Amino acid sequence: MSKIQRIVILGLILFAIVFPLISNNDYFIHVMTLSFIWMIGVYGLNLLAGYTGYLSLAHAGFFAIGAYSLGLLTVKAEMNFWPALLLSLFITGVLGFFVGLISLRTKEHFFAIYTLCVGYIIYLVIDKWDSLTEGVRGLIGIPAPANIGPLTFETLRSHYYLVLFFLLLVVLIMYRIVHSLSGRTYIAIRNSEDLAQTIGISTMKSKLTVFVISTVIAGLSGALYASFVRFIGPDIGSIAIVFDFLTYLLVGGLGTLSGPIVGTLLIVVLSQRLQFLQDYRMLVFGPVLTLLIIFYPRGIVGAVAAWGQKRRSSVHKTRLNNLPEEQVKEG
Amino acid sequence: MTFLETRKLTKNFGGLVAVNNVDFAIEKGKINAIIGPNGAGKSTFFNLISGFHPPSSGQVIFKGQDVTKLPANKIAQLGVARTFQTTNLFEQSTVMDNIIVGHRLRTKSNLFDAIFRTKRLRKEEALCRDKAMEVIEFVDLQKVAHKPVSGLTQEEKKRTAFALALATNPEIVFLDEPAAGVNPDETEGLATLMRKMANIGVTVCLIEHKMQMIMKLADKIMVLNYGEKIAEGKPEEIRNNETVIKAYLGGSAIA
Repeated sequence: MSKIQRIVILGLILFAIVFPLISNNDYFIHVMTLSFIWMIGVYGLNLLAGYTGYLSLAHAGFFAIGAYSLGLLTVKAEMNFWPALLLSLFITGVLGFFVGLISLRTKEHFFAIYTLCVGYIIYLVIDKWDSLTEGVRGLIGIPAPANIGPLTFETLRSHYYLVLFFLLLVVLIMYRIVHSLSGRTYIAIRNSEDLAQTIGISTMKSKLTVFVISTVIAGLSGALYASFVRFIGPDIGSIAIVFDFLTYLLVGGLGTLSGPIVGTLLIVVLSQRLQFLQDYRMLVFGPVLTLLIIFYPRGIVGAVAAWGQKRRSSVHKTRLNNLPEEQVKEG
Repeated sequence: MTFLETRKLTKNFGGLVAVNNVDFAIEKGKINAIIGPNGAGKSTFFNLISGFHPPSSGQVIFKGQDVTKLPANKIAQLGVARTFQTTNLFEQSTVMDNIIVGHRLRTKSNLFDAIFRTKRLRKEEALCRDKAMEVIEFVDLQKVAHKPVSGLTQEEKKRTAFALALATNPEIVFLDEPAAGVNPDETEGLATLMRKMANIGVTVCLIEHKMQMIMKLADKIMVLNYGEKIAEGKPEEIRNNETVIKAYLGGSAIA
């Protein structure tokens, strides 16, 4: 990481910490907290789709599983928030494992279509299983996170910090995974699964690991959503949500570390600004997204990174050209 | 001494027999070549040995062990590496970054190590990096080590693919048309590199269409046609073999 990157990151974290203190507008803090929650889910999707090359459209389903697990455990089983959170992550992971085991036998479009169906099935199950999930009525009265000693999470601001904490944790974990040998392994699979296998990588094992982590993170996002909004309905598992995730990811940059933050923030802010257009704002998003994918397939962050790389290499070249000839030969 | 051998290796794709009863023995430290007209089953033969396709019948024996049913990644761990006709490299990444992961199969660190950045991970990362540097020097790519692959020449890409295969610490490498799309001068360079690989004890087995290069380079040649082995021997034996000439020039040609 370069010095400038470090400063920018520290600055952003600082801003995120100070933001609720300087803003008196509860609505902004509410929107920010929600975007942090989405970001966590998008990070989950990014590890799988961006770094391993498997576009899962079942992630709204896992988001909903996380949310409903937490909701049911706290409302119906009356568990404490924290063990319920851990348990709901565990439930999402186990379901993710079995879905992954089957769906990862397919590739590319087939994988996307298969997971799209899985996502829809999850939605249907939540919607129709009245006795467990209350169906279309939804789950009401999900409690706020329980106190940890002197820390309480009753107010909007404290909740904001809790979600921010989880977001930073997820980003840290992602950073470490991507910059490790495991991360290189996943990128090798994205690049060419055949090649990855010939250099001795057990592709199925790696893909399944990523799939489970990615669903657990989506589940975390869902669980945080449930405790923040306090009410969940089957709609949170609908296909529209997964396409929201995907839009955030594509705009920010598939397979980049800061992409989920950039994309989510931009789209959320933009949608808020364009509220007056109601559903017609899709008329703005549609063309912008299409153009972005045609010209910058790796999103905004990818485009900036490519631009930086180009500039660096041209600087490097001019430096080489300015060197006396003997030196060039030696170097 | 026989190092790797196939016994009656056969592969059917539906009604098509792509590889038919091929017995072939590869000797340690030598350069072995497989030639044959297009569609003769050469690449399929490679795919069977490296575990990409399960053979319909027959066996692959590596160092006395039956590896017929092992998946590709297990075979790689035993020390069998390969390259593809298309290099399949990650174009946006640098040569170095492409090659580091090549040594992954000799490391043990997992996600736990990744998240907590353990000592083991740092040690193994350094190990992979050193290995990458070593093979980059071996294939003579130091100058472009930190350039993205997309900016390399075809020959440099081939060298990168060799380096990646070598980073797995193989005892034998299978090279699928290593000199395809490369000019004569560069072909010479690649041939020298293959000789260098054999000299450090890495057995080489390649598929190639460039006859001049093969005849000079190979210690032993096998000729496939319609999935069957039609000849095997030293370059000079192959050069004068009537069946081989017929296969290449057509049945009616007079040798």
